[in-house]
Formats: sequence, C-alpha cells, structure tokens
Amino acid sequence: MIKHETIEKNISLMILLIVIVISGGGLAEIVPLFFQKETTVPVEGLRVLTPLELEGRDIYIREGCNVCHTQQIRPFRAETERYGHYSVAGEFVYDHPFLWGSKRTGPDLARVGGRYSDDWHRAHLYNPRDVVPESIMPSYPWLFSDKLDGEVTPKKMEALRMVGVPFTDEAIANAEAEVQGKTEITALVAYLQQLGTVMSNRR
Amino acid sequence: MTSFWSFWISAITIAVILGCLILVLRTRKSEVFKETTTETMDHAFDGIEELDNPLPRWWFNMFMITIVFGVVYLFLYPGLGTYKGYLNWTSYNQWEEEMAHADEHYKPVFAQFTNLGVEEIAGNDDARLMGQRMFNNNCAVCHGQGGAGAYGFPNLSDSDWLYGGAGETIKASITNGRTGAMPPWGPIIGEDGVRNVTSYVLSLSGQEVDAKATAQGKTTYQAMCVACHGVDGKGNQMLGAPNLTDNTWLYGSSFEKVAHSIRQGRNGVMPAHGALLSEDKIHLISGYVYSLSN
Repeated sequence: MIKHETIEKNISLMILLIVIVISGGGLAEIVPLFFQKETTVPVEGLRVLTPLELEGRDIYIREGCNVCHTQQIRPFRAETERYGHYSVAGEFVYDHPFLWGSKRTGPDLARVGGRYSDDWHRAHLYNPRDVVPESIMPSYPWLFSDKLDGEVTPKKMEALRMVGVPFTDEAIANAEAEVQGKTEITALVAYLQQLGTVMSNRR
Repeated sequence: MTSFWSFWISAITIAVILGCLILVLRTRKSEVFKETTTETMDHAFDGIEELDNPLPRWWFNMFMITIVFGVVYLFLYPGLGTYKGYLNWTSYNQWEEEMAHADEHYKPVFAQFTNLGVEEIAGNDDARLMGQRMFNNNCAVCHGQGGAGAYGFPNLSDSDWLYGGAGETIKASITNGRTGAMPPWGPIIGEDGVRNVTSYVLSLSGQEVDAKATAQGKTTYQAMCVACHGVDGKGNQMLGAPNLTDNTWLYGSSFEKVAHSIRQGRNGVMPAHGALLSEDKIHLISGYVYSLSN
C-alpha cells in the first residue's frame, strides 16, 4: 500500500496517478464516440458546405453567434414544437468545430434554414430592431460593406478535408473565385439558410 | 455499438466506481495513530502542523451515498455499454411519449375547428385566439405583432393584399409561400427610363411629380409594366403585382425608394410553411390573419 507521504513527496508519481484518475471519464465517455456509427456516419442527404456557406460559417464564429445562439434541439416537446425535429449526431459529422453552443440568449438556430426569407435575414442582421422591436441582438452593419477575398478559402477546405469533410478537388479549385468579391452578409445568410434543412418535420 | 466498445465502457465505468470505493475505504482510517488524537505527525511547515485523523463520518457517508447512487443509476438507466437499463429509458422514447400525450390532449382541441371555414374561424373567439398565439410565435418575427408588418414585410392588418385576402388565398400563401417577381429594370430601360417611370408611378397615387418625365414614363410603363401592374396600375393579385394607385407602399413611397425598386427589382419571399406547420395550425393562423382586416 502506497502511503500518502510517498505520493505527496514524489511529484512524478502524483502526476501519473492524477492522469489515470481523470482519464477514466474521457476514456468511457469520449473515446468510444469516435468509433460509433451514430456519430461518424452522416444522416441521409447531408452535404458539405459550399465555399460561400463555409465563409459564412467562419463569420458566424468570428461574430460569436454561437455565444448567444445554440445549434442543438433537444428531444423535448417544448423544443421540437418551436424549432422542429430534434438534432441528431449524424447531422454534425462535417462540423469542425461543433457550434452547438451552451446558452440561449437568442433562439436556437439548428433549423433556422428556410424559416425566413433572405431579405428578412439581411434586415435583421443590419438592425434587429427594424423587424423585431423588442430584440436585444446587436447590429452587424459592417457585414454589408466588408467583402470576402477568398484567398484562404481553399486552404480552409483542405484543412477540413484532412479531418474528414469530403470536399472535392473541383470544389476546392473553384472556391476562391466563388466567394471573391461577395459581401460577408451574403455568405452569412447562405450559411444560415442551409442550417438544419437536411431533416424536417411538421410541428 | 460493438461488443468491444460495450465491454470497454462497462469495464472502465465499473473500474472507476470500484476504484473510488477502494480508495475511500482504504484511506478512511488514520495511517499512524489509528484513532482520533490531537497529536501531530512531526510534520511542520511555517508553524502549521499536520494531524492524522480519520475521515469525518459525514464526509465518508456522503461519498458512499454517491457511490450507491451511481450503482443504482447504472442499474436503472443505460450507462454500461449496450445494457439498456432496467427502465428501458431513452431520450427519444421519452420524447415520443411526450408527443403522444400532447396529441391526445390537443388533437381534439384542433379537431373542433377543422370543419369551420377560414372566415368562420375569424368569427370564433376561441379559434381566433389560438390562431393569434401561433401567429405571434411563427409569423410576428416578419409581419410584426398584430400583423402590422415592417419595411419590406407586408402589413396584414390593412385591406390591401398582394395576393388576395380571401380565406383560402391567405391559407395558400402560408402553406406554399410566395415569391415576388419584380425584375430589375435598370439595365433594360436605363437610368432615365427608371426616373421617368418612377415619376409616372408616383403620379398614379397623386404625388406631385415632373409632368414631362411623367408623360415619358407613361409610354415606357405601357410598354413594360402593364403585363403585371395593369393598364390602370391597379396591380394583379394572381401575380402578386401590387396596386400602384393607392398609398400603401411595401418598400417606401419616396422617389428614390420607388426608383430603387424599379431599377433593382424586388423579390420578397414568404417562406412556405406547409412543411413546417401542421394543417390544423395553418388553418387557425389563416383565420386569425383574415380577422385582422375583416
């Protein structure tokens, strides 16, 4: 039996024991997920993002949308009535990193795609109060003037391909031309309009 | 889940719980003195000395309770690999039960209104209020609370309709959506053409405009615009072409705003809700929308 004193006075042994203790949860809860069909096989019909949508996603991350908006509908009636079909793991196979979020200051966006018109998204992002008077969401007017140059878009796609997103060579080759000169708002709205459209149900 | 991963998860989970149990039992007693004492272990630092008392009973008991809780939880709920748990619980089953329960309660509530026409719902207080709540949840984001609309999003509380205000037409607009089809005329009729037609269009609703431009605009209007907006400018609800002779403007009535609409075109979209909301709900919402202007 190792005495307290032995562990307390031997920092290497202590580190080793701490690592063993805290890895228990990760080994049982995280590691198996890398090998489950539910989490590694995309749901039917899931497609990769277009270069424009991908840039939109990066703007979504840059502006911190995921801080106030979640992208996961939990399997409770209260949520599926409001947002649509609950989220399943297979929808997020191409998502790196996940943008599930953890706090809903604003509504969930997991299935916001197609729910509102492009014009609405533009009006709303320019100044949310113009369409929703009681909204506390910030305005994002610079998205309308800032343009994308697409210079690093192919590199982003290649990096994502390395972690398993099946972008075709052709898509990567055309990416720069496809996003060049487009405004950031166009990209962000394109990203929002495809969110969650792979699954649907009637509420 | 393969049996390997099932075994992996179960083995680690049980090992961690057993490990905690063994650790807490083995360290329960004092190492040196074997019972509570005020004697210290000859181990002082900055005048602070170390005692060697057993774990406090309340602390030990709480630890044991968490271990018992863990064991009971793993027996009742799915936690050990493919073992489904004594209760056979899954979050999806729970959701389905919740939905079935709700259907049982709310289906009859909706069912009493399915035979009413959209216009009749508007006159039925219960049905209209249900429609109002669903409108506020689903439609007010664009059309505003009370359907007052916003710039670019039609006001539903007046009697000016782009696609028609009959009950079934409203229902069709909600179910199938609508897409505005005003093409950009700037490249076709040129900037002068745009400004002349703007003058003519504004004259239709009685605004003061330049007479010469209006006369020129009229000629262009009659060549290009009559197909949708009509010879008299009263629009066409079959096409969603707005009436230009009244003073209701979706995109503003100033010269520049109207010129912009003509130059760049307008393609306002009402998303189709047939795939999002059940027929029962669309039916009641239609009734509420109808009631706003009738």
